[in-house]
Parts: sequence; C-alpha cells; structure tokens
Amino acid sequence: MTAAVVEARGLSKSYGTRPAVVDLSFTVAPGECLGLLGPNGAGKSTTIKMLLGLALPSAGTLSVLGMPMTPRTAGAIKARLGVVQQDDSLDPDLTVEMNLLVYASYFGIGRAEAARRADVLISAAELGDYRHAPIRTLSGGMRRRLMLGRALINEPALLVLDEPTTGLDPQARRLVWERVRARKRSGTTILLTTHYMEEAAQLCDRLIIIDQGRILAEGRAPELIAERVGTEVVEVYVPEDDHPEPIVARLAGGPWRLERAGQTVYLYLRDVDAATTLPWLGGLEYSRRRATLEDVFLTLTGHTLRD
Amino acid sequence: MLPGIGALHVWHRNWQSWKGYALSFVVAALGGPIFYLVAIGYGLGRFVADIDGIPYAVFLVPGILASAAMNTATFETTFGSYTRLAEQNTYLAILATPCSVADIVGGDVLFAATKSVFSVTIVLGVTVAWGLVPSPLAIACIPVAFLMGLLFGALGMVVTARASSYQFFDYYFTLGLSVMLFFSGVFFPLGSLPGWAQAAAWLMPLSHGVAICRALVSGTPTMGLLGDVMWMLVVTAGVFAVAERLVRRRLVV
Repeated sequence: MTAAVVEARGLSKSYGTRPAVVDLSFTVAPGECLGLLGPNGAGKSTTIKMLLGLALPSAGTLSVLGMPMTPRTAGAIKARLGVVQQDDSLDPDLTVEMNLLVYASYFGIGRAEAARRADVLISAAELGDYRHAPIRTLSGGMRRRLMLGRALINEPALLVLDEPTTGLDPQARRLVWERVRARKRSGTTILLTTHYMEEAAQLCDRLIIIDQGRILAEGRAPELIAERVGTEVVEVYVPEDDHPEPIVARLAGGPWRLERAGQTVYLYLRDVDAATTLPWLGGLEYSRRRATLEDVFLTLTGHTLRD
Repeated sequence: MLPGIGALHVWHRNWQSWKGYALSFVVAALGGPIFYLVAIGYGLGRFVADIDGIPYAVFLVPGILASAAMNTATFETTFGSYTRLAEQNTYLAILATPCSVADIVGGDVLFAATKSVFSVTIVLGVTVAWGLVPSPLAIACIPVAFLMGLLFGALGMVVTARASSYQFFDYYFTLGLSVMLFFSGVFFPLGSLPGWAQAAAWLMPLSHGVAICRALVSGTPTMGLLGDVMWMLVVTAGVFAVAERLVRRRLVV
C-alpha cells in the first residue's frame, strides 16, 4: 500500500464562531479521483483552501504528497499541485499562450521547457486557433479549458479541481470531463469538488458527501445509491390545489421509504416489484425511474434550498 | 515573511501584462509634468521671485521628479494591485503556485519602483531638454526614484490590503498624497514653514525624496542627504513588513 496523496485527520476550521469544517478525515490514494460533494456552504471550498494553505486549520492535521501542510512547506507542496479554482483567474491582459508561459514561470520552469509544454497543452485544450488571442475574446468553456491546461503546466502529482464546470453549458462541460478523464487515464491523482451529481458519477472513483462541514457518507457511487436509496424512485406529483397529507398517509407504510418535498412525494424502492405499487397511485401524476446519486444527495442533505 | 525569487516571477507577470499599455504610460508620464511646468513654473512663476537665486521653474523641477515617482508607484500598487487582488483573482491564481504572499507583495512593489524609474527618467529627459536642470548630478535622481518607488509602492500596498472598493483610495489620495504634495517642499522651501510644520514634513516620505532630488538637480549634495536615504530605507522596510502582513491576513484565513 503506497502512502496516501492527501491525508486529512480531524480537520476543523471555524471562521470566528461559525464552524465551516468539523472533524473531517479522509484520504486520497495515488491515482484515485475523489469527489467532494456538498451543497453551497457545505465546507468544500474551505477544505480546498486548507489544502492550498490559504486557510489555516483550527484543529487537526493535513498532509499532502507526504508532507505536513504548514506555511513553511506550502511552497514545496504547491510546486507539485495543479489547481483549477472556482473563479476565473486567468490574466485578461495576456494572450492564451502568455497565460501559460507566465504561469510556468511561477514554478520556475525554464522558457524553452515552458514553451514546449504550452504547445502541448494548447492543442490538448483545442485552443490552437486562439494561441495569440487575448483572454477576453474567449468563451466560458474555452477559459475553463485553459484554466485546466494551466493547472497542468507543472505536470502535477495531484490535480485539485474546485467546481470545474460550474456555469458551463452541456457541451463545454463534456469537453472538460473528457480532459479530466484523460488525466485520470494517465494516472494523475485528482481531488474534485462539485455539486453536479452527474459529474461526480462520471468522473469520481469514490465520493465523500459533506454538509455543514461534516462527512455524511463516503463510498463508490453505485454502493452509495444501493445503500442509501435503493434501486428505483417513484415521484408522485400532488396537484397544486390538493393537500399532500392524505396522499402521504395513504402511501405511508408501504415497502419503501417515503419523503415529501413541497407538492412532491418521493418513494424510494429497495427491491420491491414496483408494478405492485402502481395501482395505489391511480389518478395521480407520477414518474418512475432508476435511483441516482442525486437521490443520495437529497436524502442526505435534505430538500431545502441553500444559498 | 521575506520575498524570494518568486517576486521576480510576479514582477515579470506584471511586466508582460503592462507592456502593451506602455504608450499610454509615456503620454501620461510626459503630460502631467509638462503641464505642471508650463502652468505653475512659468504661469505662476512669473509672479514669484527667485528662490535662493533660482528661477521658480527650476526650483520646481526636483519636486516634479519626486512627485512623479510617488504618483507612479502609488497608482501601481493601489488601483493596479487592487485589481489583481479583488477583481481579476490574479493573487489567488499565483497563490496556487509555489509563490508566497511575500513574493506577490515584493513583486508588485518592485514593479511599482520600476515604473517610477521610467516616469522619472522621462520627466528628467524633458526637463534637461528644456534647460531646467543645472547639474549633471541630476542623473542620480533615477536610483532615488527607484527607492521612492519601493517606499510608495509598499505604502500603496498597505492601503490596498485594507481597501473594500476603489472608492477607498479617495481617502489615501486626499488625506495622504495631496497633503504630501503641498507640504513636502515641492512648491516652496520647507524652511519658510513654522518649526512644528517642518517637523511634520519630516514625517512625510515625499519630503525626503524632494530634498534629495533638489540637492542633486542643483548639484549641491551634502552628507545630510544620507540621513534622508537612511530614513527612506528604514521606513520602506517597516512599511513593507506591514504590507506583507496585511495582504497575508486578507488572503490567508
């Protein structure tokens, strides 16, 4: 068993009296893609900040690439990290190519080597036609691809992706996924945060679902779905002018777990033959589908809106 | 923490990002001082007696050199650095690399000093061509501009670290820079002020820059100038330490 790339033990962080991360422990194994899932304010960004030395833990220990993360070791650790931050942080006054070259210089990569790597990364990001274009002329998807390329300029041992596709359209999102998968195939260890379940299911070998700074569940996506939700979900839509209570009462006690959110009643079926339940729903609008990671997420973090 | 080699990388980033705007910089660096000389040196100067046997326009030159160094560095680490800190996430991107907060502050301050050197060189060229610079020693105003750039760059960085918006800089420009411009010996000799006001002027960074530039432009340096240089070096080191600490506190929580 090789040493973990990231090892967090009892990690906590409070801002004043408000806890952002509470007693978080997890490891990322070499070559693994670990997904950190949680609603807004769950503590994902704080965890990433601690990983970059931009937030100092209130308690616990964090070691990255075999070194304890301290202000003294931060530079040596970050020399081997590739980071795609949530917000666009490209240099708007520089061209696509200069963005990569300047970023390479922060790592002390020599000019010739930087130019060689920039070439490879520009074509991998499919930005060949934009090499000399200023950043402000790029679309959101192009910028994100460039951010991802920039994060690879130092050939990192650990890639940290903080919500890498937030705000992208489906085409652009899939292109970013494709690039991340390519890195996975080449053996790069990845830590990814997201609140897109499909993204987590597509890219991550293992998931940690956190909310309010605490770990709620941990495991592989299919296992989490099977354990926490079941196999199928029936969503029953109660008409706007009806009270859901009588319907909830009528559906309660069946061989399923029942949850209600507003005018929708969710039935989580484990291994029942769903056909036997359908007559119960006569007259009501409903849909029946396979259980997904999103159901796990909503089951664990609730249906209430987060800001 | 002290800046390391990373400061040069940050300087290089600023240089790459800025060099496309060099033309507008030259126009601004030329325009301001020329208007000053024409309007105040000659326009107002016609009504002003010679100072210590020096025509008013000539008296004004060192003050214009020193304030050019001050303004250039200040703009760089206030509006420029704030944009990188708060608007463009440049600092955030750099902090994902081995470069530290000290490197960022060091690189920005170094770049501010570089620009101060450029603007003072331009102003010096104009005033020499104009025949307003009596002594060749004035060339030494260029390294002085570098030192002043470091000092005012670091001061600007302190303000930027506390800024919540661009409007915040109004306080510094009005209460800091304007006061210094008028009471540091740019427009009239400090010796004409009452003793307490002279003491207050000694606390102002610009007055030391003006004193050094004035002695160099007129070709009358004294050992006393070493005191002004020391003052600037010590204050620069102190202000830089404060700037680094405040920027770190803002970026690392």
